[in-house]
Amino acid sequence: MCLAVPAKIVELQGTAATISVEGALREVDVSLIEEPRLGDFVLVHAGFAIHKWDQSEVDEWETIRRGLEVAAGGGGG
Amino acid sequence: MMVVVQRIGELAQRVGRDVNLMEVCGTHTMAAFRSGLRQLLPSTVHLISGPGCPVCVTDTNYIDAAIALCRRADVIVATFGDLMRVPGSESSLENERAAGAEVRVVYSPTDAVTLAQENSAKKIVFLGVGFETTAPTVAASIVSASKAGLQNFFVLAAHKTMPHAMEALLDDQQVKIDGFICPGHVTVITGAAMYRFICEKYRIPCVVGGFEPFDMLKATEMLLAQIADGRADVEVEYSRSVNDRGNVAAQKLMAEVFEECDAGWRGIGNIPRSGLTIRMKYAAFDAVPALGVRFEPARPHPGCRCGDVLRGVITPLECKLFGKACTPTDPFGPCMVSSEGTCAAYFKYGKRQAAA
Amino acid sequence: MRGVLQVREEAGRGMKHDRILLAHGGGGSLTHELIERVFAPAFGMETLEDSAVREFGGQKLAFTTDSYVVKPYFFPGGDIGKLSVCGTVNDLAVQGAQPLWLSLGMILEEGLPLADLEKIVASIKTTAAEVGVTVVTGDTKVVERGKCEGIYINTAGIGRVVTEVGCARIKPGDVVIVSGNLGEHGVAVMSQRAGISFQTSVVSDCAPLWGLVKTVLDTGAEIHAMRDPTRGGLAITVCDFASGARVGMRLEETALPVSREVRGACDLLGLDPLSIANEGKVVVVCPSADAGRVVSAMQVHPLGRNARVIGEVIEQPKGMALLRTTIGGERIIDMPTGEDLPRIC
Repeated sequence: MCLAVPAKIVELQGTAATISVEGALREVDVSLIEEPRLGDFVLVHAGFAIHKWDQSEVDEWETIRRGLEVAAGGGGG
Repeated sequence: MMVVVQRIGELAQRVGRDVNLMEVCGTHTMAAFRSGLRQLLPSTVHLISGPGCPVCVTDTNYIDAAIALCRRADVIVATFGDLMRVPGSESSLENERAAGAEVRVVYSPTDAVTLAQENSAKKIVFLGVGFETTAPTVAASIVSASKAGLQNFFVLAAHKTMPHAMEALLDDQQVKIDGFICPGHVTVITGAAMYRFICEKYRIPCVVGGFEPFDMLKATEMLLAQIADGRADVEVEYSRSVNDRGNVAAQKLMAEVFEECDAGWRGIGNIPRSGLTIRMKYAAFDAVPALGVRFEPARPHPGCRCGDVLRGVITPLECKLFGKACTPTDPFGPCMVSSEGTCAAYFKYGKRQAAA
Repeated sequence: MRGVLQVREEAGRGMKHDRILLAHGGGGSLTHELIERVFAPAFGMETLEDSAVREFGGQKLAFTTDSYVVKPYFFPGGDIGKLSVCGTVNDLAVQGAQPLWLSLGMILEEGLPLADLEKIVASIKTTAAEVGVTVVTGDTKVVERGKCEGIYINTAGIGRVVTEVGCARIKPGDVVIVSGNLGEHGVAVMSQRAGISFQTSVVSDCAPLWGLVKTVLDTGAEIHAMRDPTRGGLAITVCDFASGARVGMRLEETALPVSREVRGACDLLGLDPLSIANEGKVVVVCPSADAGRVVSAMQVHPLGRNARVIGEVIEQPKGMALLRTTIGGERIIDMPTGEDLPRIC
């Protein structure tokens, strides 16, 4: 019911942050997450960061994404 | 990837009967169709789509009220793109915009607040729809409008909440559900503990799933494993985003601005305590009292079976209007309107399976 | 104007809406409905390729027209002037025609800064020179402030057909090739639109394609059909091919060239890169035996560096385009409805 995309905080001023989704930038509100920091990966929904991932969670997501590509590339012939 | 599909096959054999797994969330429905995931599942495992698309479950009379508002010369209606094509009893916001009404598509409720700051002579009404994921963002925009002393920002709220709706589904004798793939992003906010009563009271397993195709396959595997073992627990597949207690700050903000109310779900009817209404404290931002909005009794389209589709009683293919009178460009019922609505998803990605 | 006309069972039924919606101009299914129900009955057109081809004095000529209302009129990677040349020239090029002459109709809003107009005209001049097409006639109208967004342009173009191509030539076994990354124009323009506000370094791919197309034709490969996937993106192009040629099309999701940034913008807004507009890409359908030299020829051209085979033409299901997904599933590529609306759900 709700799209939320993983994004990286690339600028931060108080509760206003600029996030990057693979280079697409958007101002979002980070007041709903604890201790946002530059470089954090967050889930963004409707202009708000709603959750923060730690590094192992980012790694998991990247593995899933990479896993897809590898699997599809291998089976695509 | 193939490993998880293989394990699903083995588990389905162990279960040895047909199982209905309901993905409650519309974004799961969409992800399943976009990735062609259903084709990878054994024929005994049925993914059925639940009422988790906010556009689908928003009552006709809400759209009618929004349309009445946008026809007022002093009003600009701001909305998520999802609502633009939803049919009310006679018109849609898209039609009204073509007829000259000021309707703006925004990405975030904060964009609507900005719109209010930039258009002080107009009243900006934001259409607040969505579940627990979206409600805190709307609450935050009301609080920030309040802090900024804005007098021309209003919300027409029709937020809904998940647990009592899932309970209502289980209390309906027609609905046969063997397991829930619970909505991942709602649970980011609410926490997974919310589903425990479903396991305890109804003995139905729940797995909170993420939105990559792999996440959904994994969640399916986890549900089948529970069914095979005769367990009914709350498990979290989407553990990179979901924990037991959820986002406490968001919950607090939601409680600050909204309170529980009964809500009408399109196609399902009234479900006690399944909606959110703006508290008295913020009544100045509530479009209903502030702008004198009236809700007419809802008049559903005759022949439309969205209600049965939303409850998972029938698939869209069993509705007489589906694909004929009712198509994505000319939708009757809400399930065809939203691109993630069950019927729209079937129409877009399911045509081929239907033909086969 | 584009789209393949078919007599549908419900032909003669009225339009679904009693007034024009923005989506009627989006190039999707509502645009098709408008053509089928309103224009085709009036003008008796059977099929609409990107250009009309007529024989005159023993020479086959291609003729096309298009109007440009892009907002804002300066956008990252181009402006309405460059676009108005590229769009029309490209419609000729994908018909296998060398662009010769252009007409230029301008509708200006009262109050348009002269400096802006001069910049737009300069860009028309540069782009036309690049293609070797001449602006031979024109017209100017000024409308009251508020009646248009600064400037609208209509161009019509005439070209000499070098190689005849068309949907009807498409056969099962053919391959589908695209000349480069998808969705760049649509994302670049969308980022400038009010209310949606996001920033991206994606710039419009707006470019005249005749040079690239000529390179492809010069290889001597047998080219069956070409399209520039503008409004409605690759999705509409392959749907049109499938219904126009009564064949099936199957694209490979893993083969689709989409830049990281375009994908990011689409993820952010809940949009599908397949249905986003391009203004400098060509989709080519040719026999698989010719695929290698077409792709190699494209890759040495500056506009075709990322060219690749993205799919194939199949027997069944006729009239339908499919996508084989990254996890090995299959889904239908549907005709986009019209206007791209950002979603949160």
